[in-house]
Amino acid sequence: MKLWKHHGKFERHSLILVIGILVVVSIGGLVEIAPLFWLQSTVEKVEGVRPYTPLELAGRDIYIREGCYVCHSQMVRPLRDEVERYGPYSLAAESMYDHPFQWGSKRTGPDLARVGGKYSDAWHTDHLKDPRSVVPESVMPPYAFLAHKDLRTVDLKAKLKAMTALGVPYSQEDIDAALTDAQAQADPFSTDALDLRRRYGAKVVNRDFDGDPDRLTEMDALVAYLQMLGTGVDFQTYKAGDPANRR
Amino acid sequence: MSGPHKDEITGTDTTGHEWDGIRELDNPLPRWWLWVFYACILFSIGYWVVMPAWPGLAGHTRGLLGQSDRAEVAKALKDLERQRGKGAAVLRGASLQQIEADPQLQAYALQVGQSVFGDNCATCHGAGGAGARGYPNLRDDVWLWGGSLEDIHHTLTVGVRSGHADTRVSQMPAFGRDGMLDQAKIADLTEYVVAISGGKADRAAAARAAPLFAEQCASCHGATGQGDVKQGAPDLTDGEWLYGSDHAAISGQIHAGRGGVMPAWGQRFSPETLKALAVYIHANAGGQDK
Repeated sequence: MKLWKHHGKFERHSLILVIGILVVVSIGGLVEIAPLFWLQSTVEKVEGVRPYTPLELAGRDIYIREGCYVCHSQMVRPLRDEVERYGPYSLAAESMYDHPFQWGSKRTGPDLARVGGKYSDAWHTDHLKDPRSVVPESVMPPYAFLAHKDLRTVDLKAKLKAMTALGVPYSQEDIDAALTDAQAQADPFSTDALDLRRRYGAKVVNRDFDGDPDRLTEMDALVAYLQMLGTGVDFQTYKAGDPANRR
Repeated sequence: MSGPHKDEITGTDTTGHEWDGIRELDNPLPRWWLWVFYACILFSIGYWVVMPAWPGLAGHTRGLLGQSDRAEVAKALKDLERQRGKGAAVLRGASLQQIEADPQLQAYALQVGQSVFGDNCATCHGAGGAGARGYPNLRDDVWLWGGSLEDIHHTLTVGVRSGHADTRVSQMPAFGRDGMLDQAKIADLTEYVVAISGGKADRAAAARAAPLFAEQCASCHGATGQGDVKQGAPDLTDGEWLYGSDHAAISGQIHAGRGGVMPAWGQRFSPETLKALAVYIHANAGGQDK
């Protein structure tokens, strides 16, 4: 057991100990994490997943700012009961443009991964203003101030740009049009909506989310975000059981 | 480091470390703990062999058991379908009327409908279906889009102003906001509507608005304000109000013309679930026969 004798050297010299720790930890990292970056099977390509529109991205930031993730998960697990209640289980690809992802770890409220389109905009607005007006047994705090607060738009371009640094494929054109796209999405009569749909897909609907057509509020942004959650992938055509999609 | 040193009292080795004359005992690890530790190492090797574990260059090791979460949930859902078995199959094949006519089948559909209603519909329409301002009451006999089994089933499938290609849709104009009528005319019209619904109204103002009602409102709400289910135009004479019955609520509705949105559920639910839900709403709420 000569080897153990050398252990004393590590214990007595902190620099050697630090280097030794780094070597051991990086072996673990290389074996466990590094392959995920080049393995094709890590994130499957799924039809329909798209980057967030500027308005949805701003809504997502409000979602994070208000700590919605503390009580709501966004991850339908591949378990029978969850699929029965919430719909098709979440795919890795569905959070590929989430930085950071919002899977969450606690459900005081229900999972929101498939909440998009499940309720009307008016319901979301009513519910966020006063949750107990529509769900009497709810313990959710009210967020009525979102309807009064104008959405901060000066940093929309910067938000998109920051996402490109993290690998979200926004083009320069997308970034330049961030403000008009955000305004177009919250205006049912916008003439810029065609450009918005050209950039983000035909499924994007421009409408007045918060029932206040004159202003672009934080409520508009948050409801726009909630209404698109889990709506990207068409599960009529996506075959989860396909051998190529089994993992 | 000094050599092994035995503690005289316990007879065990010490580590050789000494602080102010106090020495540290070098007790061996408990045997049971050590064996559990070794067993865990052995288990992990077995686990690597039978379960998906190691990443490689082109993929990962699949494991001898071929375990897959997706396959497992697919199987669990299949099992569930088998458990529901005959009931679901019969629901799929039967018409809405047949389901309601057969007590056993109806009881089954009501069970399914109740659970689906609680999780999806109660959020807006209330746990008992009694509705709220802006969310229709499903327990009375007033139906915006018709209360027959087929009507309810169709509304569930396509929704109202939902974005579904065949969605039910009606549009109440925003007479005030869009400048189609001035304040005085809206006030008169409000009196007229209150009058025909049986409320206390200014008769003179209501009489002034009669030609206006015939011109602007009758095409959808009907000459007498009885409404039209085909167009989703509410009956104005029945005393049931979605957005409130007082003067302010009614004039507000003439001013801004709100219309609620109900999502289309045809994509979310299986055909038999939709049928069960329609039967549940029709039976437990005030459905209509024709």
